[in-house]
Amino acid sequence: MAHEHAHDDAHGHDDHAHGPDKGIMRWIKTTNHKDLGTLYLFFSFTMFFIGGLMSLVIRAELFQPGLQFVDPELFNQFTTMHALVMIFGGVMPGFVGLANWMVPMMIGCSDLALPRVNNWGFWLLPFAFTMLLSTFFLPGGAPAGGWTIYPPLVLQTGNSFPILIFAIHLMGISSITGAINIVVTILNMRAPGMTLLKMPLFVWTWLITAYLLIAVMPVLAGAVTMLLTDKYFGTSFFNAAGGGDPVMFEHIFWFFGHPEVYIMILPAFGIISSIIPTFARKPLFGYASMVYAVASIAFLSFIVWAHHMFTVGIPLAGELFFMFSTMLIAVPTGVKVFNWIATMWGGSMTYETPMLFAIAFVFLFSIGGFSGLSLALAPVDFQYHNTYFVVAHFHYVLVPGAVFSIIAAIYYWIPKWTGRMYNETAGKWHFWLSSIFINVTFFPQHFLGLAGMPRRIPDYAVQFTDFNMVSTVGAFGFFVSQFIFIFNVLACCYGWFGRTRNVSNQVWEGATGLEWSVPSPAPYHTFEDQPLVGDDGMPVHGDAVAAAAH
Amino acid sequence: MPSSSTQLSGLLRRLVVACTAPLVSASAFAADTMDKAYWNMPRGVTQVSHDVYSLHMLGFYFCVVIGVVVFGVMFYSLFAFRRSKHPVPANFHESTVVEIIWTIIPFVILIVLAVPAAKTLITEYDTSNSDLTVKITGYQWKWQYEYVDQGVSFFSTLKADANAARQLHSGIDPNTVPNYLHDVDNYLVLPVGKKVRFLLTANDVIHGWWMPDLAIKKDAIPGYVNEMWTRIDEPGVYRGQCTVLCGRDHGYMPIVVEAKSDADFEAWLTSKKPVQVASAASATMTDAPVAATAPAAPAPAAPTPPPAVSQVAAATSVAGAKKSKDDLIKAGATVYGARCVACHQATGQGLPPTFPSLVGDKIVTGPAAGHISQILKGKNAMPPFAPMLSDDEIAAVATYERNSWGNSAGEVQADQVAALRGK
Repeated sequence: MAHEHAHDDAHGHDDHAHGPDKGIMRWIKTTNHKDLGTLYLFFSFTMFFIGGLMSLVIRAELFQPGLQFVDPELFNQFTTMHALVMIFGGVMPGFVGLANWMVPMMIGCSDLALPRVNNWGFWLLPFAFTMLLSTFFLPGGAPAGGWTIYPPLVLQTGNSFPILIFAIHLMGISSITGAINIVVTILNMRAPGMTLLKMPLFVWTWLITAYLLIAVMPVLAGAVTMLLTDKYFGTSFFNAAGGGDPVMFEHIFWFFGHPEVYIMILPAFGIISSIIPTFARKPLFGYASMVYAVASIAFLSFIVWAHHMFTVGIPLAGELFFMFSTMLIAVPTGVKVFNWIATMWGGSMTYETPMLFAIAFVFLFSIGGFSGLSLALAPVDFQYHNTYFVVAHFHYVLVPGAVFSIIAAIYYWIPKWTGRMYNETAGKWHFWLSSIFINVTFFPQHFLGLAGMPRRIPDYAVQFTDFNMVSTVGAFGFFVSQFIFIFNVLACCYGWFGRTRNVSNQVWEGATGLEWSVPSPAPYHTFEDQPLVGDDGMPVHGDAVAAAAH
Repeated sequence: MPSSSTQLSGLLRRLVVACTAPLVSASAFAADTMDKAYWNMPRGVTQVSHDVYSLHMLGFYFCVVIGVVVFGVMFYSLFAFRRSKHPVPANFHESTVVEIIWTIIPFVILIVLAVPAAKTLITEYDTSNSDLTVKITGYQWKWQYEYVDQGVSFFSTLKADANAARQLHSGIDPNTVPNYLHDVDNYLVLPVGKKVRFLLTANDVIHGWWMPDLAIKKDAIPGYVNEMWTRIDEPGVYRGQCTVLCGRDHGYMPIVVEAKSDADFEAWLTSKKPVQVASAASATMTDAPVAATAPAAPAPAAPTPPPAVSQVAAATSVAGAKKSKDDLIKAGATVYGARCVACHQATGQGLPPTFPSLVGDKIVTGPAAGHISQILKGKNAMPPFAPMLSDDEIAAVATYERNSWGNSAGEVQADQVAALRGK
C-alpha cells in the first residue's frame, strides 16, 4: 500500500543506509515497522478475499435446499478452511499490521524492539497459508473436521492432516514472536513522559492482547501436537479406546479458543476508543475504567472456556460455574459501550467514514453481545448450541465487530500513511452498503437457528429456505461492496485522485496523540530522537518533534 | 423437470416472499408459519421446554429494553450533538459515580437472569426416578436406539426418498419430498407422561442429539455415557437432527421422536420384541432400510448388541436356502445404496485416502472371508456392520461389491457370513 512514503529529499542524501531497498528485496528484507505493517495488511486483505470467496461457495450452496454445487465433503472443507483463513489469516494479521504501523508512532519510539524477529514473524505466514491452502489439491482434499479440529473426527483427515498441523504451528510461532515484540516494545521503548496510564487505548489493548497470545498459542501448539502423535505415533491422548479422552481435547482447545476470541476483539476496542473521541472532539470518557474493563475481560477470558461445551455433559457444578463466569463478561463489556456513548454525549460530532464504521461497530457489536448474553444461559444454550443462532452471534461480533474496526482503522490512519485523503463519497457508499448487507446476511441467521437449523450442514429441511435465500443475497452484496474499499485504499496508495500529498500532520481536526505530530505521509523513520510527552499526551514541543523525525 | 427459466422465476418469487415476510407479519402467511417455529424457538411440549422458552424470552426482553435505552441515548447523541447543532464540545471525561452505577445495574440484571437459569439447569440435570431408559448411540451417519431391559434395539437412518433427492445433481426437487431431511425409516417411539432417561454415547466420532420441541440436546461422545431426560406432555411426531459436525453426512442424520399414549407405546414395544422381529426378518429382507432394523434381540444394558443379534440373524439365514447370484446382486445394490454409498460412492471409487476405492481392491476381489470379516468388524473410519446388517444383507452387499464396477470375484452366501460372525 503505502509504497512511496519513504522518499523525501531532506532525508535521502545524507543517510542512504536508512532508506529502503529497491524493488522486491525491500519487502523481503525489510525490518521497518511501517513496511512490515503494510505487508501484514496486504496479506490480511488477500486472506479476507480468499476466505470471502469460500464463504460465497458456502452461501451459494445454501441458497436453496438440495445440493447444487458442491459435494458434502467439499462443503465441510470450505467451512473449515473459511474459518481458519479468516481467523488466522485475516483478522489476526490485520490487527498485527495495525499494531506494527501504529504502536511505535503512538508511544514515540523509532521501531519495534526486535525488527528482525518482526520480519521473520511476518514471512512465516505466507508459507503457512500457501501450505494450508494447497491441501485443496491433495487427494482427499483439505481438512474438513471444522476449525475446532475435534478428535476423533479430525483424525479421519487424510494427507492434509500433517500439513494442517504444521501450518498451525507456523501461525502460532508467528503470533508469539509478534506478541513478544509488542510487549517488549511497549514496556521498554515508550518516550519520556508516556506513562502507562497515558498510553492510547489502542496500545493498551494490544499490550493485553499480546499477553493473551503468549499465554494461549503454546496451548494450541500442544493440543495439535498431541493430535499429531495420536494419528501417527500410536499415542492415545484423545482416543477413548486407548484410555484417552476426546473431551480433554475440547477443554484444551477452548482454553486456547476463548482467549483467542478476545485476541480478535480487544484491539478493535482500542481502535474504536481512538476514533470516537477524534470525531466527537471530546476526550474519551472514563479512560481509566476503559483500561480496567479491558484487563477484566482478558482475565475473565481464561475462566469461561467451557461455555463452548455446555452440551458436552460436564457436571452440574461446572456448568453453573461457567454460566456465571460467562455472564460476568457482560459487565466490563457494558462499561465499554456506555463509555463510548458517554464520549459521544455532549460532543461536536461529524460523520466521516471512520466514525460511521465506529458507530456501526458500537451498535452491531452490541447486538452480538446481546445474543452472547442469551447464549451464556446454559439451559437455553441447549437450544442455541451448534445452530445458526451461534453462527449469527459470532459473525456479528467478528464482522461488524472485528472487521469493521479494521476497516475503520484503515480509513482513519491511511491519510497518515500515504499523505493522501481517501475519497469520502466512495467511503460513505462503502459504509452504507457494507452495513446494510452485513445485516441482511447475518440477522436472518438468528431466526434459522431458533427454528432449528444446525450449523455446518450443506443442505437443510425446506422450511429454512426463505431466510437462507435472504442471507445468501446479503453475503454476495457484502462481498461486492468491498471492492469500493479496495479501490479507495489503492487510490490513496497510488494517488489515483491526484499525486499531491496534501493532508496536514494532524489530518483530523479532533485528533490527538503522538502519531498526529509527525508529517503526513509519515517518514520512513519516525521518532529517532524520542519526544518528551506532555500531560495531554502530545509532544511538549510539537514542531521540534516533527523536525526530529529526520 | 421444469425448464430453467421457470425454475428461476420460482426462485425469484420465493426470494421476494422471503424478503417481504417481515413486512406482512400480520398476514395469514405469518400466522401459518408461526407454529412451525419460523421466527422463534418452539415452545415445545415438555415442562422443561416451556421453562427454557420463558427464559429465552426473558433474556430477549431484557436485551430489547437495554437496546432501546442504550441505542436510544446513542442515536439521540448522534442527532443532538452533531457539529452543526452543537459546535462547541463539552470537555467532561470522567465520573466515578457514573462508572459505578453502570457497573452495578448490569450486575443486578444478570442476577435476575441467573436465578431462573440455575433453577432450570438443576432440573435438567436430575435424571433420577425415570420410568424408562433409552440408550442412544451415534454412528457415522445414523442413530441406534436401545430400550434398556426391554430387548428392543434398532437403527434409525435418513428416509430413502430424501436420500435419493439429496444427492448432488439428483434432479429431484426437495420441496416434493415430505419432511425432507427431517424424516427417518424408524422413529424413536416414546410414551407420553413418563420420565424417559436417555444414555448417550457414540461409536466413532462425536455426534449431537437434539430435539428442539423437547429442549434437550447433548453430545454423544465415544468412551462417554452422557445422561439427559424428558417427560413429553403431548402425543405427536417431533423432529430434529444431529448437531455436532461428524463428517461428510453430518447434515443427513435426522432424529424423529413419536410420542404415543402409554397403551399405544406398550403395544408398539411388544410388537418390536425379538420373537416377532425374528420371523419378520426374512420376509422384509428385500426392503433393505426396514430390514436393517430387524436384528433386534435381547441385549439387556449391554454396551453393544452383536452377540445376541448374531443368534437371531444366523437363525433366519440358516433356514433360508441359497440365493442366486443375480438376486444377491439386486438385493446388494439396495443395501449398498443405503449403507455404503456415502463413503465408497456410487462409482465404488470412494473418496481416497479416507474412504478407499473398492474398484479392483485387494480385499473386495480377494478371498471372501477377508471381505466378509471387514464388513462385520469395520476398519479405521468404517464402522462394524455386524450389529446393523443381517447375514443375508451382508452376503448380498458383498456379492454386489464383488461383481460391480468391473470387479468379478464370485458370490457370497449367507451361511459363509454366519460362520464368520463373532469370530
